[in-house]
Amino acid sequence: MSIDTSKVADSNRDEPATASKPSKVGAAATWADERLGLAGLAKKNLRKVFPDHWSFMLGEIALWSFVILLLTGVFLTLWFNPSMGEVTYEGSYAQLRGIHMSEAYASALNISFDVRGGLLMRQMHHWAAMLFIAAMFVHMMRVFFTGAFRKPRELNWVIGSLLLLLGTLEGFTGYSLPDDLLSGTGVRASDGFMKSIPVVGTYLSFFLFGGEFPGESIIPRLYAVHILLIPGLLLALVTAHMLLLVYHKHTQWPGPGRTQENVVGYPMMPVYMAKAGGFFFMVFGATALMGGLLTINPVWKFGPYDPSKVTAGSQPDWYMGWPDGALRIMPGWETHAFGHTISWNVMLPIIVLPGVMFTILMLLPFIESWITKDKREHHLLERPRNAPTRTATMVALMTFYGLLWAAGGNDLIATHFHLSINQITYFMRVAVFIGPVIAFWITRRWCISLQRHDNEKLLHGYETGIIMRSAEGGYSERHLPISETSAYTLTARERDEVYVPESETDDNGVVAPGSRVERLRSKLSTLMYADNVQKPTREELEEAQHHAEHVRELEAGLDHPASGHEFDGHNLHEVSDEPLRPGH
Amino acid sequence: MRLLNRTAGRVSRHRRSKLAGLVVMLLGLVLTGGLYSLLAPASAQQTVSADEQVAQGRELFLVGCSFCHGQNGEGVRTTDGNQLGPSLVGVGAASVDFQVATGRMPMAQPGQQAPRKEVVYSEDEIAALAAYVATLGPGPAIPDESDYSLDGLSEAEREEAISRGGQIFLTNCTACHGFYGSGGAMPRGGYAPALDEATPKEIYEALLTGPQQMPSFSNGSLSPEEKRDVIAYIGSIQAEPEYGGFSLGALGPVAEGLFAWLGVGALVGVAVWIAAHTTRTAKEKVDE
Amino acid sequence: MSAHDDNLPVLEADPIADPGLPEHEWRPTDVDPAMERRAERQVAAWFGLSMVSTVLFVVSYFAFAVGEDADTFLGLGSSTLFLGLTLGIALLSIGIGIIQWARKLMGDHEIVEYRHSAASSPEDREETLAVLALGAEESGIGRRPLIRNSLLGALGLVGLTPIIALRDLGPLPGDVLEHTVWDKGMRVVRDVVGTPIKASELIIGDLVNAQPEALFNGGPEGGPMEGVELQIEKSKSSVILVRMEPDDITPGEGREDWSVDGIQCYSKICTHVGCPISLWERTTGNVLCPCHQSTFDLGDSAKVVFGPAARALPQLPLAVDDEGYLIAQSDFTEPVGPSYWERDSG
Repeated sequence: MSIDTSKVADSNRDEPATASKPSKVGAAATWADERLGLAGLAKKNLRKVFPDHWSFMLGEIALWSFVILLLTGVFLTLWFNPSMGEVTYEGSYAQLRGIHMSEAYASALNISFDVRGGLLMRQMHHWAAMLFIAAMFVHMMRVFFTGAFRKPRELNWVIGSLLLLLGTLEGFTGYSLPDDLLSGTGVRASDGFMKSIPVVGTYLSFFLFGGEFPGESIIPRLYAVHILLIPGLLLALVTAHMLLLVYHKHTQWPGPGRTQENVVGYPMMPVYMAKAGGFFFMVFGATALMGGLLTINPVWKFGPYDPSKVTAGSQPDWYMGWPDGALRIMPGWETHAFGHTISWNVMLPIIVLPGVMFTILMLLPFIESWITKDKREHHLLERPRNAPTRTATMVALMTFYGLLWAAGGNDLIATHFHLSINQITYFMRVAVFIGPVIAFWITRRWCISLQRHDNEKLLHGYETGIIMRSAEGGYSERHLPISETSAYTLTARERDEVYVPESETDDNGVVAPGSRVERLRSKLSTLMYADNVQKPTREELEEAQHHAEHVRELEAGLDHPASGHEFDGHNLHEVSDEPLRPGH
Repeated sequence: MRLLNRTAGRVSRHRRSKLAGLVVMLLGLVLTGGLYSLLAPASAQQTVSADEQVAQGRELFLVGCSFCHGQNGEGVRTTDGNQLGPSLVGVGAASVDFQVATGRMPMAQPGQQAPRKEVVYSEDEIAALAAYVATLGPGPAIPDESDYSLDGLSEAEREEAISRGGQIFLTNCTACHGFYGSGGAMPRGGYAPALDEATPKEIYEALLTGPQQMPSFSNGSLSPEEKRDVIAYIGSIQAEPEYGGFSLGALGPVAEGLFAWLGVGALVGVAVWIAAHTTRTAKEKVDE
Repeated sequence: MSAHDDNLPVLEADPIADPGLPEHEWRPTDVDPAMERRAERQVAAWFGLSMVSTVLFVVSYFAFAVGEDADTFLGLGSSTLFLGLTLGIALLSIGIGIIQWARKLMGDHEIVEYRHSAASSPEDREETLAVLALGAEESGIGRRPLIRNSLLGALGLVGLTPIIALRDLGPLPGDVLEHTVWDKGMRVVRDVVGTPIKASELIIGDLVNAQPEALFNGGPEGGPMEGVELQIEKSKSSVILVRMEPDDITPGEGREDWSVDGIQCYSKICTHVGCPISLWERTTGNVLCPCHQSTFDLGDSAKVVFGPAARALPQLPLAVDDEGYLIAQSDFTEPVGPSYWERDSG
């Protein structure tokens, strides 16, 4: 099959694609296609549809940050020397001249002070890393809150979670490379973390550091992991993530003409390509501005790593802040038995907790589908309010995360708000357990009220803010019907069904096998759905319409029936002539 | 521009502001005026004998300090055994000069930690107070500028002193005051103050006397040369340009994380703009 | 519309029927040629601005010095500042230009694409299964358990090789974590400068960040230690000396003679995860770790009074030598630093 690729649609209109004159580009495309046969693939994908919504572009921030990381990272490798060999600094930064330091640190100083644009690239690389992980978080929140993780996209959720984990590890290894005092303190702490693992911990530490901490191997080893191993895995997983996105086609918000069976939006070529490409340049530009204007990780102020030195405000980068916070508020529990030591105070917050949190994160889609027993595909998104329990669950997890994150900055909270670290710590020890519960409860109730509000709008119209006085002197607010489009959009969701176990006992009164599990499922399903407000039925809508007509009859007695549009410039036609919902 | 920058360099961190020129000019005027007014009465003061100064200090002490520190600086304990004010016997003139000249003393109210605030006494009064307290018992004297100045050293010696000072700073000071002297938290609501307002003399006095919770770094802990080097290093980092842009308070990764989230917020704003619908018109397109 | 897929849920007219895609509305730039030309010029202007900014980037690269005599602008490093600003504006302008192009000028008809279920069709599945079965049959993997099992065994064993090959990543721990360079009679010297300390030189309230003398004379040819050896020792041997009122000290059991005139010496390495710890409050005698805020009371054998650490800081027994200098009576009596599995003391 040989199609001249220059014949691909050159317009976004309804006219068919027009073949252009044979050109040099066309000739090159033909040459390539005769060898690669790309036209078939390109034909299918160049006009692939992507729905347009701001929240669908959050993942792109992460993707473009990753590209920036690759570009700036390559620049940095040209000068960085990942060696722990000791040298005496004789470079441009006078305050450190004559000091013994590792070659890694000396080359980081060299990049910062003697390579033109080097400091900019270092700072852009670091800012892009912070943006990368933050954008992954925001993207993940969007996917969860809108229910986009449901079948058939569960595996892409798992891949996304792995990307988050690998991104975090990649960030941590990069943070450690310059071998400055701050990052060295972090590496020292991770040595302590490893040693807290029972049985194998000490061996892990000795193998990783090539002997006793700090050794002379850790920087070269982290370097190999940072520039080869993890980026390779990240690239592979990002590719899989994107391929699955293309295969599943993007989810979309419900609305007129937007159904489970189609996807409505702009074609890849040219609109989406332009928007996404333009966004890449904007993310790149924003990173360059941040790199040029905002100091990040000024390694020259920290000095080279020295195990006997430390600075106040020794914190990891933000994405490692929450386990650090857990570490800070953990009580000092340790067990000595049979000649061995188990450090619960280190192992629980830094080894066990992140593992548990990450596992929960990965399993969320499977937990939900287990409870609901919903095995259908979902391509239409749900508004967060329409899944109150799901929304509340994530808000509770975010609260837990946020409180631990704040605990990771307890020293700065103490100095900036004139509080005591001790009081903050005691408060946090309680708050991390109670806070998520309160957040769950408030969010759930809030969502349900919003659902109720939606139904109000559907049944009784929106509040115009116009106060009517009846002949008897009573006052009431005029409500006007919402547009058909909005009404349809509000109702374009499924009705929730609480799972009811089929029968608890069989005919002989014997408890059916697995019924204990079924009862649990039923309980959780009740928690998840029972309090939700369902959209009105057709009968309820019709009844509300009759009621509205009745009100209109009463108003007919007035001299000047108010249309409700006297003040908002939409007085185009007589609203009172309109039925509440045309077509019903 | 280059030449100007080099000469202007290493003067003060405040020249970074746009109004640096104006500030420098005003500072010059204030200094000239201040020096004049300072010198004029000082020549008259020189006739005041040491004994008279001590007597004046005793007067001031009885009015302003004795309520907490006792009539003879012996310290006061409240009935429940808490220390109202510690004994001043042997704290030396340096301690008084530090506490009073930074406004920490007299305290507004008894508390764990006295913050730097507006200075209450004049320079002469501070000198008198210091002279009086110095008579209570032997203690460190107020350091002289020659103690903490690098004057008289060659360029190479100066550079060496500063880099050694950096190592001493990172070993002894940053654990509490932070890598940039921005301060840090201490147990039970205490804090190590930021060093940006501290003058070389004050730093020297603080090292000698260990104000409040701070341990002292007497000459047995840090030799006078080492103190001088630390002070020179602090001066050098305060005067150095922000090579990488605004410092975000030099607070480390927490501040950086907050700014990263601001950046993501801005980029989400861009996404909203990209996906936002453009203006529409009621007109129909006429196809040619 | 494509035939309905059983795998996809249906949204019936419940309670309102789908009104269908709204009519397309035109943009001013679609109907008004003047507006169109204006938008075109705007987009081109953004690209022009980008070009100007890139030129300025090149100028900044060569104009502003880095290194020892770096140029500054308002107290900021000129090179980084202007390279970042010009690069940022150059990139942002391209981005804004392209997006404006897409928003104002590119065709903006929404188009519809139909979905299909993620699953393969039943025919495809059956065919694939048949092919797999055929493959299994032809290979005979089911009929020849000997081959299958021996292959599995071989694969399992060969999978061990990477683990074996990683053995040389590092030596076994042995007992190195239990010892430091401190030894009987070794002088306590000031960190950074390496000078010995006389007990009489310290006043009450003094803090000294100190090291064993071996760091300064235990290296090659009696010189200072260097490189990895120095770093390892520093990570275990660093200590703090404090002098307190002897009355404020409650010596631990068997530690009555470990201090000299109220001078005590403790490990500087936090027992939590190993940060150096020297935030000593002379008023309370407490020392705080800046990493995770563990607080130890040096008046009471450095027991933990707050925070996540579980064990007291190890104490170094002190004495004075003939010349009055502070020396160690012995090495630490317990391992310093973070806990580990093999650690055998409470």
